[in-house]
Amino acid sequence: MENAKKITPGYLQSLWRFLSSLKLTVVLLFCLAALSVIGTVIPQNVSPQDYVRLYGIPGYRLLLVLDIVDMYRSWWFVGLLLLLVVNIIVCSIDRLRATWQVIFVREPKFDLDQYRRRKNVFTFEVPAPAHRTQDAFQRIVAKGFGFCRLVALESGFAITAERGRWTRLGVYAVHLSIVVLIIGGYLGSKFGFEGFVALPEGEQSATIELNRSHQTLALPFAIRCDDFEVSFYEGGQRPKEYRSKLTILENGQEVARQEIVVNAPLYYKGVGIYQSSYGRMDGEPPPAEWDQALPPEIPLAIQSAASGIVYNRTARIGEPLQLPEGLGQLVLQRYEPAATFQSMALGAALIASLSKPPEPPQTITLPLKFPKFDAMRRGTVIISVIPPKADPVKERYYTGLQVVYDPGVWVVYAGFILMLVGCVVVFFMSHQQVVVEVVDRGDGSTVLISGKANKNQMGLQIKLQRMAERLMMATAANVSKDAGA
Amino acid sequence: MTYNSLILSIVTFIYGLAGALYLFAWIFRKETVAKAATWVTIIALAGNTIGIVLRWVESYHVGSETGHAPFSNMYESLVFFAWTIAIIFLVVEKRYQNRTIGALAAPLACLALAYASFSPDKSIQPLIPALKSNWLIAHVITCFLGYAAFAVAFAVSLLYLVKSKDEKRFDQTATVRIPPLAILDELTHQLVMFGFLFLTAGIITGAVWAKQAWTRYWSWDPKETWSLITWFIYAALLHLRMMRGWRGNRIAILSIIGFLAVLFTYFGVNYWLAGLHSYGTPSQ
Repeated sequence: MENAKKITPGYLQSLWRFLSSLKLTVVLLFCLAALSVIGTVIPQNVSPQDYVRLYGIPGYRLLLVLDIVDMYRSWWFVGLLLLLVVNIIVCSIDRLRATWQVIFVREPKFDLDQYRRRKNVFTFEVPAPAHRTQDAFQRIVAKGFGFCRLVALESGFAITAERGRWTRLGVYAVHLSIVVLIIGGYLGSKFGFEGFVALPEGEQSATIELNRSHQTLALPFAIRCDDFEVSFYEGGQRPKEYRSKLTILENGQEVARQEIVVNAPLYYKGVGIYQSSYGRMDGEPPPAEWDQALPPEIPLAIQSAASGIVYNRTARIGEPLQLPEGLGQLVLQRYEPAATFQSMALGAALIASLSKPPEPPQTITLPLKFPKFDAMRRGTVIISVIPPKADPVKERYYTGLQVVYDPGVWVVYAGFILMLVGCVVVFFMSHQQVVVEVVDRGDGSTVLISGKANKNQMGLQIKLQRMAERLMMATAANVSKDAGA
Repeated sequence: MTYNSLILSIVTFIYGLAGALYLFAWIFRKETVAKAATWVTIIALAGNTIGIVLRWVESYHVGSETGHAPFSNMYESLVFFAWTIAIIFLVVEKRYQNRTIGALAAPLACLALAYASFSPDKSIQPLIPALKSNWLIAHVITCFLGYAAFAVAFAVSLLYLVKSKDEKRFDQTATVRIPPLAILDELTHQLVMFGFLFLTAGIITGAVWAKQAWTRYWSWDPKETWSLITWFIYAALLHLRMMRGWRGNRIAILSIIGFLAVLFTYFGVNYWLAGLHSYGTPSQ
C-alpha cells in the first residue's frame, strides 16, 4: 500500500477525487437541467431562413458558433453527458471497493458489543431460562430473515440474522443502467439509420433519403406500396386511420406482405417501416375540400359550451334555425368566397347572425376550413360547418414512410428494465441486520433485540418492535404449556 | 349524455369543501371536523372515480368509434390528476395518522378539477391515430402517479417551511397540529422516491410508445426534455439527501422547485412550446 501511494502522482489522485465527488454529480445534474431548457425554447434543426427571421443574422451566427441549432448533439452537451457517465462510473468503482467486502462475504460478522450499545434497542424479561427459549426464538427470527445463525454465549445465546444484503447492489444497477442507455443510444446513432421514402400507390423503392444528411441510402430490399387509405371520423375533420398495404421484395421476389398503421409498424430484418405521412399525387392537400358548389342544406355542428354536447343540424341560407338548449337563433346570411377576419385570410366562409334576446344579434364568421374558429369567440355556443365527405371517386395517394434501423434499441430497453428494477431496490428495499440476545438472569432471562439497516431506519424499528411482541407471545405460550405439563 | 362532466364539476366543490374543513380543523383544532374532512374527501374521491368510469362508458355511446379510456386530452388528464392526488394523500394521511396535509393537498385536487372545468373542449372525441395504443394507458397512469406524489410532496414541503419558521417563535399556535419536522422531512423523501420511480416509469413507457408511433424512443421534443429536466432535479435532490445528508429546509425548497418543473412539464410546455404532445391538432 505504501509503495502504491508513492507511485501515484498527486494530480492523478486529485483528478480521481474530483471525478468521484458527489458535488460534481449534483452540479452536472443541475447544469444539464438548466441547459436543456435552451433547446426547448430555441427551435432545433430548422432552416437557416427561419433562424434569420427569428433572431436576425448576428443572432443566427451566435447560435451557429455555440452549436445551439442542434444543441442536444453539440460537443458541450454531449461532453457534459459523458462527464456525468464518467462521474457515475468512477463513483461506483470507488464505492464498490468499499462495500465489496460487505456484500460478497460468506458469513457476515456481527459485533455483538456494537449492537448492545445501539440507541433503539428493545429489552424485556422472560420467565424462562435462555436454553428453553432457544428453538422457538430461532424459528421466529428465521421467518423474517434469510440468514440466521445461533451464537452460543457463556450464559445464554445470541441469534444473528440478516436479509437483503444484495440490495446494496441496487444503486449500482441504476448507475449501470444509465451507462447502458448511453451505449444503446450511441450504437443507434453510429450503426443505425433513419430515412424517409414517399411511395405512390402501386410503386416500389429500394432507396430512402436519410433524414439528417439528405443522402440516398440503398436498402437490401425494396418496399412496394400496394394501397394507401386515409379515413376520417364522422364530421370529417378528425383523422381516424392511415393505412398502407406494403410488400417487401428481395431480388424481385415477394418475401413479406403486411398492412401498417400508426403505432403498428412493419419490421423486416431489424428495419422498422413506419407510417408517417401521406399526400395526394396531384399535390393538393388531401382532406375533403369545398371545391364544389355549396349544398342547399348546409350541415352544421353546434356545440353547447355549457353541456359540451355537439348537435348536428342543417340550415339553408336565409332561413332561421332555432338552436338547441335555448341557445338562440341562427340565420346563415351569405357565402363569402374569400373572407377575412382582422386582416387574416380565412378562405371561404359563411357569414351568419346569431341572436339570443335580449342581447343584440351578433354577426359571426364560420370559415369552412377552420371548424374551431368560432370557439375563439368564447360564446355560449360554438358553431362550425361540417365539410363534405371526401369524393367517393378514389384519388391516387402516396404514403410517406419512415424507415429506421436502430441496432441499439434492445440495449436501451435492457437499460430501462435495469433502471426500473434498480430504482425499486434502492428506494424500497434495504440491508437489515438484527441481533437477538438472550442471557440467563436468576430464574428467567433477559432478551435484547437490536438491529441496523443501511436505509429506512423507521421501517426497521417497526419490524423490531413486531418481533419483540412475537417473541414475548412465544415465551408466554411456552410457559403456560410447561405449567400445564 | 355527459353526466360525467356534471358529476366532475360537483366533485370539484366537494374537494373544495374537504379542503376548507381540513383548514378549519387545523386552525380551530377540531379533531371531529378533521375526521369529517377525511370522509368528505373519500366521497369526493368516489365521485371522481365514478366520473372517470362514466366518461369511459359514455365514450362508447357518443359514437360508434369513439370509445376509449379517458386519458386522451388535457381535460381528462386533469381529472385523473385530481384522482391520483386524492388517493396518494389519503394513503399518506392513513399511514402517518395526521390530518393537516389535507389542508394543502385537498385544495390541489380541487384546483386541478377547477382548472379542468375551464378547458375549452370537454366533449369526448375519438382518438387520433397516434394515440391509438395500449401504451397510452400505461404512460398516463405512471406519469400521473409520479406527478401526484410530487404534488403531495410539495404540500408536505410547504408545511415543513411553515412549521420550521414557526418553531423559532415562542408561541407555536398554528403549527402544533402539523407533524414533527423529522416526520415531514421523511415523508417528503418517501414521496419523492415514489414519485421518482413513477416519473422514471412514465418516461420509459413514453419512450417505448414513441418508438412504436414516432420511430424513435427519444426525440428531444419539449415535453420529453422537460420531463428529463424534472428527472434531473429530483435526482439531484435524492443524491443530496441520501449521500450528503441534506435535510429539512433545503430539501423542502428543492422539492418545491421540482414541483414547479412538474407544473411546467405538464402545463407550460403545452401552452408555450410546440411539440408532439399537443393533442387535438392532428400532427400526422
